Amino acid sequence: MRDVAVVSYAASAVAKDTNRNEVEIIVPVLREAIEGAGIPRKEIGFVCSGSLDYLFGGPFAFVAGVDAVGAWPPIRESHVEMDAAWALYEAWIAIQTGEVDSALVYGFSKGSLGDVSEVMTLQTDPYYTVPLWPTMPDMAALQARAYLEESGRDERDLAEVAARAQRNGKSNPHAVRAGDASADDLLKQPVTYDPLRDSDMFPVSDGATAVVIAADDVARRWCKRPAWIRGIEHRIEAHGLGVRDLASSESTRSSGAAAGVGSGSVDVAELHAQFSHEELILRDALGLGDDVDVNPSGGALAANVIMAAGLSRIGEVASRISAGSANRGVAHATSGPCLQQNLVCVLEGE
Amino acid sequence: MTETFVSHHVLEYPGGYTRSVGPVVGRFLTSLRDGKIEGVKISDGRVLVPPTEYDPVTSDPVGDFVEVGPLGTVETWTWVEKPRVGKQLLDKPFAFALIRPDGADTAWLHVVDAGSKDMMSTGMRVAPRWSAERVGSVRDIAAWVPLSDGEEAQTAPPRTNVSDEEEGPVTGMISPIRLEYDVTAGEALTRFLVGMSQGKIAGGRAPSSDEVYAASRGTDPKTGDPTSIEVDVADRGTVTTYCVVNIPGLSDLAPPVPYVSAQIVLDGANNMFFGLIRGLEVDEMRMGLRVKAVWAEELKPDYRSILHWEPSGEPDAEYDTYKEYL
Amino acid sequence: MGEQRAAVVGVGQTQHRSARKDVSIAGLLREAAVEALEDAGMTWKDIDAVVIGKAPDMFEGVAMPELYLADALGAVGKPMMRVHTAGSVGGSTTIVASKLITSGVHRRVLTVAYEKQSESNATWGLSVAMPFQAPLVAGAGGFFAPLIRAYIARSGAPSHIGHLVSVKDRRAALRNPKAHLHIPDIDLKMVEESFMLWEPIRYLDTCPSSDGAMAMVIGDEKVGDASAAPAWIHGMAMRSEPTMFARRDQVNPQAGKDCAADLYQQAGITHPRKDLDMAEVYVPFSWYEPMWLENLGFCADGDGWKLTEAGATAPDGDIPWNPSGGVLSSNPIGASGMIRFGEAAQQVRRRAGDYQVEMKTGRAMGHAYGGGSQFFSMWIVGDKKPA
Repeated sequence: MRDVAVVSYAASAVAKDTNRNEVEIIVPVLREAIEGAGIPRKEIGFVCSGSLDYLFGGPFAFVAGVDAVGAWPPIRESHVEMDAAWALYEAWIAIQTGEVDSALVYGFSKGSLGDVSEVMTLQTDPYYTVPLWPTMPDMAALQARAYLEESGRDERDLAEVAARAQRNGKSNPHAVRAGDASADDLLKQPVTYDPLRDSDMFPVSDGATAVVIAADDVARRWCKRPAWIRGIEHRIEAHGLGVRDLASSESTRSSGAAAGVGSGSVDVAELHAQFSHEELILRDALGLGDDVDVNPSGGALAANVIMAAGLSRIGEVASRISAGSANRGVAHATSGPCLQQNLVCVLEGE
Repeated sequence: MTETFVSHHVLEYPGGYTRSVGPVVGRFLTSLRDGKIEGVKISDGRVLVPPTEYDPVTSDPVGDFVEVGPLGTVETWTWVEKPRVGKQLLDKPFAFALIRPDGADTAWLHVVDAGSKDMMSTGMRVAPRWSAERVGSVRDIAAWVPLSDGEEAQTAPPRTNVSDEEEGPVTGMISPIRLEYDVTAGEALTRFLVGMSQGKIAGGRAPSSDEVYAASRGTDPKTGDPTSIEVDVADRGTVTTYCVVNIPGLSDLAPPVPYVSAQIVLDGANNMFFGLIRGLEVDEMRMGLRVKAVWAEELKPDYRSILHWEPSGEPDAEYDTYKEYL
Repeated sequence: MGEQRAAVVGVGQTQHRSARKDVSIAGLLREAAVEALEDAGMTWKDIDAVVIGKAPDMFEGVAMPELYLADALGAVGKPMMRVHTAGSVGGSTTIVASKLITSGVHRRVLTVAYEKQSESNATWGLSVAMPFQAPLVAGAGGFFAPLIRAYIARSGAPSHIGHLVSVKDRRAALRNPKAHLHIPDIDLKMVEESFMLWEPIRYLDTCPSSDGAMAMVIGDEKVGDASAAPAWIHGMAMRSEPTMFARRDQVNPQAGKDCAADLYQQAGITHPRKDLDMAEVYVPFSWYEPMWLENLGFCADGDGWKLTEAGATAPDGDIPWNPSGGVLSSNPIGASGMIRFGEAAQQVRRRAGDYQVEMKTGRAMGHAYGGGSQFFSMWIVGDKKPA
């Protein structure tokens, strides 16, 4: 296996961008990531993106991205209809083949265009589930209750996750939700998706994320302190909520084990928890102790650009490693209702 | 910065998706129509409800059908205070729940009509309340309802929608899906659309580029650089290539067939602009024709402010002058 | 292409029809996947990872369908991915799956591409009217027909060339029992008398709208060695260019030329017409055969139609194109590219049944493109291991 590192990361997120279309949102983020990497754009070997037509409202959302990249002369380019963390996985594979030495990876969406909660209903079984229209937070709430009842934790534990996310979001320039509310404050708010409150759920976000990865000497040449990918693995579980153990995340556990989470100490973890309880389930699945700094960016509870937020978790861990504030970290991305599919990436400094 | 245009957008396949359901989903839906709930045996001996054609873990084909329920147990639930009317089953507050029918080893996501959240608890017993009008759908169970101790489930009432014709098993279903969006034009397209409302075609050029884009989406696609330099483009140009359309009804905007749809390179721009050509017989149509825009009387921030294009009267352009646009 | 060799060891596809009313979406994919597994002599358990591809989710109204399909395709507990690159997706999905092998990460990968177009309607799915987009008054043909006219103007091709392709591919389909369209008495007259849709495209110059799926099992060198009929991957390439840029050559796009050049360089091909035995190329409108003959370097620019006219691309010609019947005979959009890749593999494996063509070099090409001809994916497979 070749050594591959994240050498650059850029992101944007706002609650609702009423002025810019998708192309205009992507352009500055790509530019920042490419300039941050230092690698001339024409020398980047591969481009891969993640987006969702159903968030865009029509077919071929990814074509907008190709216009933003500046794909001339023609480029090696691919796209997954998945969170861009999986686009990074595809790019990592491309580098492993030896065919290219670097890649630009990005994801984007405007969650504010439609009703994200309903859009995500369309991820479910088209015969049995879609006709009943359970929304994304409805399904998350089913999992939250199953988890709380099995683990013995309670709504205060959720509120503490939410409060910490908002607090951490204050240091994140792209946080859509940030503040000093305490767990007690949050517990006073109404329950919206029982047992969840609005503060337990991600804020709808518009934006984009871009990451540049590079292999071996290319990474060393362009980056003072590359964040090396020591392991990247993903797994999917059965689809139906009624056939899974909702109180745990087996696919996160097995991905984490395969990626080598446990083979060293973890300084920082960015978990793509779109609901408070998911962070607790994911911590359990990855075996992260109380000493691990979890979601210092505020995570997806501070900003959740769907299709980009998983990639942002990788970028957030990498940027802390590159800055020297952490040496080894774990990034996580998820897809599907109630953590159906999960990706775990272990990153490390030299 | 001018506020950019935002437009409401409905994404809906007219009439709903026409799903064929295959043998296993079809059998399950047929049973629901008959007022009973069936599961299938999977390889480890468990009973899967609702059944799929495949074991959810091993993907192997599934075994025999077995009737389950009708009573079931709530494994987890959430309360929906504001139902999504027209989409969800009930238009009053209800619970979504994972319900394990008696005799099944897996749970089914469905709704519970409990009246109030206080009635809900994990482990509670529920029974299906069947719709009298059953079509072979998960919605044939109108809701599950709480069951007191010792109470027995009601059987499904006779169907009120039985036709005289013999009904075969359920083979399909219609799935209406409607989503609504507010789409943002963005800064560059807004400039173009404002131009349309003023009877002019606004283009944009990137500082790094020699190319002018009419109706730019925001970048020079060759460089990815924003087309931030505003350039007005002529409302006349040269037809590079075209086709004669003989299919009626492709669009509300389509004139009677046959009509001409063309690619036009506008004077002062370097990208393709699509337009309908009128004002000459279709067999007089040719590449290199010089055309000018015919504007609507009432101009709006919309492509449709240009009704169509017509011959400008200028001599045809030489092939060499536009061949690089083909 | 990668340090590890890889080979196709199993191929399966559905019966393609305008509406497969007998199956669910999962059932459609399983029909192809089970056939591919059986061909490979494997079960679900033997597979390390699953990669699926399809065109827009709006065709079936299922968002990110890998989630719903994981259980159906043996993916539970494994990595699963979903690729979407417009019409080239069947090809790019195959390439993503193959790279999981050539990278050395996995040993056996199942890949499936599909479209169940009868759940909605292709015209609607491809051209949902979005606010602020230029209205598509003339439909998809209104985009492609002018490019065909431009090709005719550039090349001087006579007007019947497209019809020759329509007849050739439909006749070929008569030997392919799984093809969607079987028109027994197809001839030039029938095509010439079919309704003129978008001049110069007549009804029988266009592809059908199909339900269908294609699946392949791809293995590493050991798996290929153990196979009775491996199709070794000799090269894979993808290229994209922007959709609408100034002075874009839409008839003979640079991305297609670059993609082919990269592919031939990997496979050591200098004269594709001689060095390959056949090709399965994405030809959704008949005129795209001569256009792609030039774009892919099978002849000089302007000469593509001459090859078609001379019968060079017929099943008994010196370089058969689309002996399966091609996209003109079956077009489940998201699967169509993978069908091209898989049919090329079947020829190399001598598993093409009644439409098997004569193999001399033992090498064949699969090609897919999408969008407004801006996305390309291609591969070359051979009956011997690459050098």
